[in-house]
Amino acid sequence: MLPVLLLMTLGFVLGYVLRNKNKFIQFSNKATTLIIYALLFLLGIGVGLNKTIVSNMTTIGLQAILITFGAVLGSLIFAYITYKLFFIQKNEK
Amino acid sequence: MFIVGVVLGIYKFLPDFLIENDFSKYSLYALMFFVGIGIGADSNALSVIRKTKIKIILVPLCVILGSLFGAAVISYFISEISLTEAMAVAAGFGYYSLSSIFITEISGETLGVIALLSNISREIITLLATPFFVKYFGKLGGIVSGGATSMDTCLPIISESTGKEWAIIAVFSGVVLTIIVPFLVPFILTFI
Repeated sequence: MLPVLLLMTLGFVLGYVLRNKNKFIQFSNKATTLIIYALLFLLGIGVGLNKTIVSNMTTIGLQAILITFGAVLGSLIFAYITYKLFFIQKNEK
Repeated sequence: MFIVGVVLGIYKFLPDFLIENDFSKYSLYALMFFVGIGIGADSNALSVIRKTKIKIILVPLCVILGSLFGAAVISYFISEISLTEAMAVAAGFGYYSLSSIFITEISGETLGVIALLSNISREIITLLATPFFVKYFGKLGGIVSGGATSMDTCLPIISESTGKEWAIIAVFSGVVLTIIVPFLVPFILTFI
């Protein structure tokens, strides 16, 4: 994963230096969207070719949704506490 | 695109070079380069962070700690998924495209698909249940449920059920989480 972080840092610096070159930034945004689509397409192919995944789709989907429930509920509980502790006074004055 | 790929893959309706070569690694490198440019060039992203009051930081922090903690608890009940894997999936915070691609690259396609479905469903749950979350969990409910999507796809519903003055917090939290995802997901899978 090191090359990924290096490339991202490089991109970050380049983006900051060239932040006023609108054409370049637009191109970069378009490229991001296109590559994301391409990668999702490739992931789709990989999944379609993978018999284990195709035959276990229901289990996998269920696991995914369970993780989501955990993550959302956990976030909500933390947010509830934070809201009660830090945000209420500000908005009632 | 993902579904088209699945269908083509199942029926092997593909040229051989696409099956035999792994293009995804190099595409990922290119993607990260462009994502980096996007963050660096986004004056919004940087100025929001500069103007921040300490309190606002608590919001994305709630999402990070809450999601990881919640997923950790859930992983205890799913025998096929380890603690690390569940936390990495939850660390997508709804940013399904980027997180699932990372997870596929590091941990393989099965977990990648779980990440994709899990993070898409996080977005859908937020779109459907934000009014409910706001009613029972306070004004931050929709914002934390949306995670990274609070800044774009889920912003309208959040702003409507919470009030416009909370939209800026939603955008802030979404921006912070979007920036953190590409660092946090590989970090969790590599070091935890």
